[in-house]
Amino acid sequence: MGIPIMSEWKARGEMPDVLFWVGCAGSFDPRARRVTKALAGILEHAGVSYAILGREEMCTGDPVRRAGNEFLFQMMAHQNIQTLDSYGVKRIVTACPHCFNTLRNEYPELGGHYEVLHHAEFLQQLLDEGRILLREGGPFQGRKVTYHDSCYLGRANAIYEAPRKVLEALDSSLAEMGRCRSRGLCCGAGGAQMFKEEEKGERRINQERTDEALATGAAVVAAACPFCNTMLTDGVKAAGRAEVAPPVEVLDIAEMIAASLA
Amino acid sequence: MGLLQQIAFVLMSGIFIGCFAWSMKSIRRNILLGRAEDLTDRKPERLRNLLLQAFGQRKMFRNLWVAILHLVIYVGFFIINLEVLEIVLDGVLGTHRLFMPLLGPAYPWLIQAFEWLAAGVIVACLFFLARRNLWPVKRLQSAELDGWPRKDAHWILIVEILLMGLFLTMNASDTLLQSRGYGDYAQHTTGSFWVSSWLHPLLEGLSSTTLAGLERSAWWLHIAGIFAFLNYLPRSKHLHILLAFPNAWYVRLSPAGAMSNMSDVQQEVQYALNPTLAAEAAAAPAVAQRFGAKDVTDLSWKNLMDAYSCTECGRCTAACPASQTGKQLSPRRIMMATRDRLEEVGAGISRQVSPQEDGKSLLRDYISEEALRACTTCNACVTECPVGISPLDIILQMRRYLVMEEGSAPSEWTMMFGNVESSFAPWKIGSEERETWANA
Repeated sequence: MGIPIMSEWKARGEMPDVLFWVGCAGSFDPRARRVTKALAGILEHAGVSYAILGREEMCTGDPVRRAGNEFLFQMMAHQNIQTLDSYGVKRIVTACPHCFNTLRNEYPELGGHYEVLHHAEFLQQLLDEGRILLREGGPFQGRKVTYHDSCYLGRANAIYEAPRKVLEALDSSLAEMGRCRSRGLCCGAGGAQMFKEEEKGERRINQERTDEALATGAAVVAAACPFCNTMLTDGVKAAGRAEVAPPVEVLDIAEMIAASLA
Repeated sequence: MGLLQQIAFVLMSGIFIGCFAWSMKSIRRNILLGRAEDLTDRKPERLRNLLLQAFGQRKMFRNLWVAILHLVIYVGFFIINLEVLEIVLDGVLGTHRLFMPLLGPAYPWLIQAFEWLAAGVIVACLFFLARRNLWPVKRLQSAELDGWPRKDAHWILIVEILLMGLFLTMNASDTLLQSRGYGDYAQHTTGSFWVSSWLHPLLEGLSSTTLAGLERSAWWLHIAGIFAFLNYLPRSKHLHILLAFPNAWYVRLSPAGAMSNMSDVQQEVQYALNPTLAAEAAAAPAVAQRFGAKDVTDLSWKNLMDAYSCTECGRCTAACPASQTGKQLSPRRIMMATRDRLEEVGAGISRQVSPQEDGKSLLRDYISEEALRACTTCNACVTECPVGISPLDIILQMRRYLVMEEGSAPSEWTMMFGNVESSFAPWKIGSEERETWANA
């Protein structure tokens, strides 16, 4: 797959419809890279003209800001806004709720105004428009799936229905956890926890959450955030449910769509 | 009522109301020790929050049964205040049931309604007392309520039951005396009321003079109790019955996921990366202010009003992922600690001690670094709070102080900062790798 890069589009004097903001996890983390590839594949399938910033993309500053380092956040934000504005970017899609939240809710105050979509919303739009064709009898048809709400998608941005609509399109049966939607329990990674050891306590947050997900009896734990994905994958492994048959899989909604394309 | 009683009543009311006003003035002063923050924009949305969250108690309805019982107490107190107005006017003017001739046949019905509400309040308070002590509701039994907070919660419920009991006793004696055609009571025949007539069998054996004494005592204790309770509010978590309203109005309307911007840092970074701007702005004097929050005076006035509005219900802590997994963090503790520290600073100021001089601070003396570090910024505490409090905002401001003023961060975070600075990503991976995922 050749990756379309913004600077190359510009060199040709063209402008894609959307900028795909890959994010650091999506760019570097081996597991999240598979989600990035899946989403890119869907964009190709749906005929969306898109590009990535590539080496010009920088961390949005979400984790440093939440850890308390406002200086570093402002530096990242300032440079990213300059880059985005230099290309005249109008529409951004990202698979990371943290990037999404920062780009959508924190950059406007700093002068960066864009239409920012999380891939859950974008996939739902493409499905509604009939631009994603799913094959009959896809791999998730009739399978029990539970959806884990990402805090930065859910409570922070009130996006609860879009990812569920995407799962509905796969004809899977959704088994909700007790703590879902606005009551959803965090995976434990937000607020820069992803980048440090958890504080002392009785148990790990991801274990608490994974147990709840496993208790639904779902074969697939669907997520829409690279950090949630990591935390839940670790949780499923620690619970010994990754290797036993039938294994419980933790998948991003984009991977599930990509695996079901016609 | 004799002139002497009237004078006593006016004196009592004056003292109680004066004391209450004085307490509220010092609470206002304490709140205004916080940093300025403009929260007066978008008035239609603020009005909506006020009506839905405060008056409508919308978030309480996340738990239906508790919400209904809480609503009974709230409506009870709101509406019974009309009756209190009559009682106060009777007290000042030396009249008895002043509104009766004004309202005519509607009057007995109004009192009937008040009595039903009073009975409802008693039932709800008894239920809440039982729930606090007999039900396994973790957030209400938590050790962080040990001592004064738990006593406070019980006192509130007990006093409410007593006040309503006095109101019903007063009416029961009154209506019994009316039926006996006794003295002044016979001049104001309202007929018996459903609820208070249940007390008649208990009172029937009493002589009319004793009954009249009981009626007067209940009348006085009821109104004096209400005034005393008013003066208890500023010292109690129960202050939420007043501050929930302004707190809902002044809720931050920025998106839940957005952290407050530090415009001074933004400017500094802009100048650093854009020297021409810096030259133009050099004339403007920089205001030296601490980055983030170490003590209550570094927080915004809204954070401080939040602390006074908190009724320690613990919905935040019950929903917090860190609290649920046994970490040191409890969002309710954050709010209680903020109020405790603010009261301490306020008391110091009254004794001419500035907050910097007492050698204490919100950070470490009240809230540990470990607790602050345990937050996942998941917004559950903010979402759950029925009165629009944000513990998260305080946590994040304190994290800013730790990192930007003290350089205090876990080593993994320090490493992450270094990576973001040099590689523009939280991991130490070169930017050129951002284009290679397709081939991985």
